[in-house]
Amino acid sequence: MIWQFDMIILVFLVVSAVIALRVKDLLSASMIFGIYSFLICLLWAGMGAVDVAFTEAAVGAGVGAVFLIATVFNTTRRSSD
Amino acid sequence: MKALGFIAVLITGVLLLSAVGDFPAWGDTQSPASQSEISRHFISEAEAETAVPNMVTAVLADYRGYDTMFETVVIFTAGIAIIGILGMGRLSDPESLDPQPETEAGDRDMIVINTCRLLIPVMQLFALYVVAHGHHSPGGGFQGGVILGASFILWALARDLPTALQRIKPRRMILLACIGVLIYAGAGVVCMLMDGKLLDYSALAPFMPEAAVDAPSNDIMARSHGMLIVEVGVAFTVSAIMFGIYTYLSSMGRLKGGL
Repeated sequence: MIWQFDMIILVFLVVSAVIALRVKDLLSASMIFGIYSFLICLLWAGMGAVDVAFTEAAVGAGVGAVFLIATVFNTTRRSSD
Repeated sequence: MKALGFIAVLITGVLLLSAVGDFPAWGDTQSPASQSEISRHFISEAEAETAVPNMVTAVLADYRGYDTMFETVVIFTAGIAIIGILGMGRLSDPESLDPQPETEAGDRDMIVINTCRLLIPVMQLFALYVVAHGHHSPGGGFQGGVILGASFILWALARDLPTALQRIKPRRMILLACIGVLIYAGAGVVCMLMDGKLLDYSALAPFMPEAAVDAPSNDIMARSHGMLIVEVGVAFTVSAIMFGIYTYLSSMGRLKGGL
């Protein structure tokens, strides 16, 4: 673990989490959720939890984002709040 | 109402952040988790007892195989619930379970389709590698199954849903998910029939060929190969359910069209 590297990822992580909540377009929110997953996957890989990082990359960033996008396409693209 | 929710979230957040200080430092050998007898046993004995270098897989599939078996059942149940709810009333209709492709290959972007043609075999080969090599490197049934399911999802995204469903029919998809759980539970029951405990793979030793002189004994190798069997079961269930969730979620159960 290099703490400067971790700090940069952590800042991006918080920023992407806040943006995913604030953004009105739900398709963008799903995309940013995928970015969030990739960033936390990097953090886990850095901490040596490679199995967890692998699962996060495959499930969170890969299939999870696709499921969210599939749902957005079938419901509504604009968030009401 | 919004202000009230904000205050509740703020208080919870402050409480959680104040508790972070009580966590042991990262990699602290004096923390309770590292000090416990069980952790020490896993770290020092796992490779000698199971001949599996990847400690995480040894704990996941062998020492806590019972837990992982029901994790697989949870994924199975979630997928069946989604298929059941979104496909409600359509599951008994044979036509909905055997959708015919509507669009010709030329209707979609040629670049996307040909890229996927090159990409998908590599993805599937990598998925099989992740499943089969889960003992020795990061990975295993869950990750490999997700990658395998994602390769089918990619094909469904590039073409349309019925074209991808020609490769795995919905009925066969559900059957594959069931087979996965059966492989896992069946491996456990076979151990019981061989006078062992449930999911105690060392009971499978009589099935193993004669061990070489310098190789680990049959008991140990049976545990190693038992893990491979259950990982394959997990991969079956996870890949079928991932594709199933996508097909039903993206078409609201109609199994037509595509994104």
